[in-house]
Amino acid sequence: MCIAVPAEIIKINKNMAEIESLGVRKEIDITLVPDAGLGDFVIVHAGFAIQIIDKKEAASIQGYWKEYLDGK
Amino acid sequence: MTVVKNKESTKINNNKFKDKIIQLSHGDGGIKTGELINDLILKYLGNKILNRLEDSAVLKCSDKKIAFTTDSFVVNPIFFPGGDIGKLSICGTINDLATTGCIPAALSLSFILEESFPVSDFIKILSSIKRILNDTGLHIVTGDTKVVEKGNADKIYINTSGIGVIPDNLEISPLKIKAGDKILINGGIAEHGTAILSIRKEFNFKTGITTDCAPLSSLVKDMTAASKNIHALRDATRGGLASILYELAGTSGTNINIYENKIPVKKEVRGICEFLGLDPLYIANEGKMVVFTDKKDVDAVLKAMRKNRYGKDSCIIGEVTEKGKGNVTLTTSIGTKRVLDLPFSEQLPRIC
Amino acid sequence: MENNIKRIVESLNDKKPERSINIMEVCGTHTMTISRYGLRQIIPDTINLISGPGCPVCVTPAADIDRILEIIDKYEVSLFTFGDMLKVPGTRSSLYDKRSEGKDINICYSPAEALDFAKNNRDRQVIFLAIGFETTIPLTSVIIKRAYKEKTNNFYIYNTHKLIPEALEVLLGDKHIKIDAFLCPGHVSAVIGSRPYNFIVQNYGIPCVISGFEPHDILESISMIIDQFKKGKAEVEIQYRIVVKEEGNPEALKSIYEVFERSDSLWRGLGNISGSGLELKEDFSKFDAKIHFPVKEIKSVEPAGCECGDVLKGIKKPFECRLFSKVCRPDNPVGPCMVSSEGSCAAYYKYERLKA
Repeated sequence: MCIAVPAEIIKINKNMAEIESLGVRKEIDITLVPDAGLGDFVIVHAGFAIQIIDKKEAASIQGYWKEYLDGK
Repeated sequence: MTVVKNKESTKINNNKFKDKIIQLSHGDGGIKTGELINDLILKYLGNKILNRLEDSAVLKCSDKKIAFTTDSFVVNPIFFPGGDIGKLSICGTINDLATTGCIPAALSLSFILEESFPVSDFIKILSSIKRILNDTGLHIVTGDTKVVEKGNADKIYINTSGIGVIPDNLEISPLKIKAGDKILINGGIAEHGTAILSIRKEFNFKTGITTDCAPLSSLVKDMTAASKNIHALRDATRGGLASILYELAGTSGTNINIYENKIPVKKEVRGICEFLGLDPLYIANEGKMVVFTDKKDVDAVLKAMRKNRYGKDSCIIGEVTEKGKGNVTLTTSIGTKRVLDLPFSEQLPRIC
Repeated sequence: MENNIKRIVESLNDKKPERSINIMEVCGTHTMTISRYGLRQIIPDTINLISGPGCPVCVTPAADIDRILEIIDKYEVSLFTFGDMLKVPGTRSSLYDKRSEGKDINICYSPAEALDFAKNNRDRQVIFLAIGFETTIPLTSVIIKRAYKEKTNNFYIYNTHKLIPEALEVLLGDKHIKIDAFLCPGHVSAVIGSRPYNFIVQNYGIPCVISGFEPHDILESISMIIDQFKKGKAEVEIQYRIVVKEEGNPEALKSIYEVFERSDSLWRGLGNISGSGLELKEDFSKFDAKIHFPVKEIKSVEPAGCECGDVLKGIKKPFECRLFSKVCRPDNPVGPCMVSSEGSCAAYYKYERLKA
């Protein structure tokens, strides 16, 4: 269950953020990740960020995560 | 095939179409219908044959095989990134003709317009149709226009039919598919379907995805010039690539295997699919030709496809493995193999 | 085969368990990944992957579907739902059928869309069908708080949210099911963290690994489980380190319990599980569709012959259900495990029905 997608925060406007994932941009709600800032990667589920991604961990892994982190 | 040349066409006037919205009177066969046709439709689509406004176009063909197809278009939205219902209707019929390897000769075009449909939108659609006709050198030779009361149609419905001549030495049919055939496609999948999804207001996506809607008659011409051993062609539309493969495997009584890693999917298309939990293999295309060719000619066919503007990203995606029950399997990106099944209904966006 | 997959498969074969072990996953997306990538084909044959109740659609009882349909029939409402729920059959009908009859039923990607619609259409009574486990529950809590603050009083939720850890305890207590380890859900755990699974290790001595969703993640998680067996020590480990922290998302957890309090909940197949559900707190009860739109009690019946209950508990594999593929198919689903795109039966039917 729980489709969630990694995405980068590229703009913040109060509790909303514009994120980008594989070239697709969208506005989502970041109420649940108050510590998230510009440039952070988050996991997006049903229009909300539910957790901040540990970029260091992600960068050390090939494949799936690398594509999201590089490919935005 | 040629159109029989009779008397000269009616001279087109220089009147400007003044109405801003379509009215019932535009469809009643009287003066207003004349204005719609002469001052608007023929301005965009007129040619020597159509301008005669005869009830039937008369075509001549000797003992050639003729391909004949028809399709209706009721899509919503009628405008989408990279295209509209007009472009869709012409390309759709051209592509259906192209799957036979024929040289498309002539098209018909009929409109059902809803009362109060904005003329500015109608003009955009006529212009779009005109661009494809110019691109392909084809003509509308006959057509019809009706107007229905508001609420009895959704803005505009289009029907197109097409006719073409099949060259003597060419026979393209799924029944010719055999074990060993290679399967190719002319580019990335799922672009049309995701382009439509991307503009749904509630999803609020911002992407650069555009429809792949395109007329593929020139692509097929180039391919058939490179090889006489193309066994089958099919344009993958609704239901996506998976549906076409499943259909062709069944019709030809063969089993097919494709490779997940080799199927081209643009990054943004994958992005939308990931958000919504959709599988690109089952999402609509409008400018993709699936090609089954004898393996001995695959390099020549691929080269010819890549030279064409609608085939730059062509690639081999799989092969026909053996005679069989019509099973389609997929070698996954990790190297395991599984069944690729037919979807039983439309995919719905999901969160789980 | 991809190199890193090859390596991990080789290592799994090297440490292949001597006796058969059952690893249960409780997340529909894990179910899908396992089937979609044919993972059962490449893991050692003594490792048996079984699917548990990881699909919130599948565990929603027919009674809830029936009640929602009654509400739609009796009252003039606009219903918003995730696409997952549209085709789930109730006793007599489904949301899909009601939509075809002309009822105002809308698919949304986010609960925020339902709230926005309510704000912009004050003349409509808007119900959001709130389904999902802990991944989705924080979202509902945020929009309830927003509706409260902005006084969007034409907005309601039909709450069917459920909590995973309580269900795991019920499974562990069921003598019919032999569970040797859990693959824990990745995104639920992103919210709740790893601590809620500690009781499984402490009271039952069963390894728990919180897994990501790519094939390599699942294989690595299986490998971590086997290592725990070899060490003879069960613990809760996080394979999905990129997203899951031990403490989860405290902000999300705080939000959930501002709006909801624990209650009992009926799970299809598992029965009533104490403390596994949520109820809106008193302050927010005005958003409860069950209170605001009362309907008469309906006699809800699980479809005859449907074995979703046993499938959900991992007692039966989908193909062991009498109806699977013969009667119950995606085009004619009898129970929710086949309807839901990530139900075990749907996954099996789509990806594993015929041996490739």
